[in-house]
Amino acid sequence: MITGIVGAVFVLQYFIPHWPFSKMNAWFSDWFSIVAAFAIWLGALNLMKISAQKVVGRKEDWGYALVIIFSFLLIVIPGFAGGQGYREAGTFFSWLYEWAYTPLSSTMFAILAFFVASASYRAFRARNLEASLLLIAAFFVMLGRVPVGDILTGFMPVGWRLSDLASWVMNYPQAAGQRAIMIGIALGLVSTSLRIILGIERSHLGGE
Amino acid sequence: MSERAKEILVVGLILILSIIVYLGKVGGWIGALAFSPAVSIVVIILIFLALVWMLVRTLRGQLLDRRIVFLFVALAVVLPFFMSITQEIKISPEVQQLYDALESLPPGSKVLVSFDYDPPSAPELQPMAESFLRYCLLNDLKVIIMGLWPQGPQQADLALQAALADPRVQQKNLEYGVDYVNLGFQAGNEFVIQRMGANIESMFPRDYTGSAYRDLPLVRNVKNFSNIDYAFNLSAGYPGTQEWVQVAVDRYGLWMGAGNTAVQAPMMYAYVNAGQLEGLLGGMNGAAEFELLTGLPGKGTKYMLSQSFAHMVVIAFVIIGNAAFLTSGRKKQPLGQGK
Repeated sequence: MITGIVGAVFVLQYFIPHWPFSKMNAWFSDWFSIVAAFAIWLGALNLMKISAQKVVGRKEDWGYALVIIFSFLLIVIPGFAGGQGYREAGTFFSWLYEWAYTPLSSTMFAILAFFVASASYRAFRARNLEASLLLIAAFFVMLGRVPVGDILTGFMPVGWRLSDLASWVMNYPQAAGQRAIMIGIALGLVSTSLRIILGIERSHLGGE
Repeated sequence: MSERAKEILVVGLILILSIIVYLGKVGGWIGALAFSPAVSIVVIILIFLALVWMLVRTLRGQLLDRRIVFLFVALAVVLPFFMSITQEIKISPEVQQLYDALESLPPGSKVLVSFDYDPPSAPELQPMAESFLRYCLLNDLKVIIMGLWPQGPQQADLALQAALADPRVQQKNLEYGVDYVNLGFQAGNEFVIQRMGANIESMFPRDYTGSAYRDLPLVRNVKNFSNIDYAFNLSAGYPGTQEWVQVAVDRYGLWMGAGNTAVQAPMMYAYVNAGQLEGLLGGMNGAAEFELLTGLPGKGTKYMLSQSFAHMVVIAFVIIGNAAFLTSGRKKQPLGQGK
């Protein structure tokens, strides 16, 4: 019933942005922010609970769980101990963020470059017409999106250089494909939302 | 040597290298290391010859180990940091559109900047954040910062520090709360945007430093999106540009542009073409183009050489892979699994 009322109000307030729907929209939005804030805490504490259980029970890979607990406390304690200005430049929290958290996170993301290169080498094949078209489009975009593309095709007339071809691919075939996907997702979202609002779909409550 | 010993050795080497780079960055001497243009060209030729040699080896039936691919990607990313050669950067229409929108804003206009990303995406988005803020502050645009990602306001703070370190910005004697403000993070994803459309203060009663919204002269009279002249969203995923367009642009008519990671940017072209987004910076290339337009070269321009090299190397390996595929009679045997 709560899901149905909230869902219906959010739909109605879009078309009737006046009292009482405007007021109900404000209430529900504020409640959502409060619930979301609690969810962050719930997630963090749940992670600690699961990690602590792994360490205490000496389960598989418990060493990694210990690292999670240590890292969590390492960032949380300076955060709480630092008071209101805990994030200001020069604080221990700020130093950890800038020199430990940022490089480590960026490194994890940067590893993708190696995987992409390796996967492209091993799997990006001109096996058939569709794969060949994809390969050609990838060539245009990968070279056209960096300055070296225009350096290599500098002899071509303006409008036919790699950056121009890359722009054409991005603005027409690519954008058309994206629109098709987005419209498909939107239709799927509308039908799923209606099922949830009407109580037909109850899997989010743990039911069938 | 055992596998465990090898792992420990590699981790040790990475740790030592990280400490050297940290000391070099703090000490400022790492930026001073640079190859001359002649040495840079020699390095490029050597890499090119090595790739040709690998293509020839592949055509002769000797397949490459995937670790060779990793090595070349690492060289393609790292070596250009030390090269002193430049590339001509061409401005794409969507970047020009964003720049024109900013240029049309009179001094004193209020610009809302939402930092919806975290450190993993910082290498791509931080350069555009820094150059965007620097441009706004130099052109007397009032900047209101917020974040839908918990780490967003912290990234904004780092970008602000970089922008405020510019001597031309320092000459303006800008004041926090009057010329720029960081409202901090608010949980709630697109519901935050929706609520801001009616009342921004309800979502940000206090700013990043703990000051009350009403005590900040810059935002005291900013009730909702109708008081914002332009918005810019730096996004690496959900919640991000898509949610801003769907809620703030479509419903409340907010005039906005976006800066996205290269992976996410293609999804936004539909919004740019439909006029829902006024300009788009896509990945590091977008940052470099924006820096060129604003005349404020920064990290985007500096790192573009690495991106060019990395793209070239990936394409070279795709060609080598296809050469192996064609010469091996189009068998479905995966490459790089041998060793």
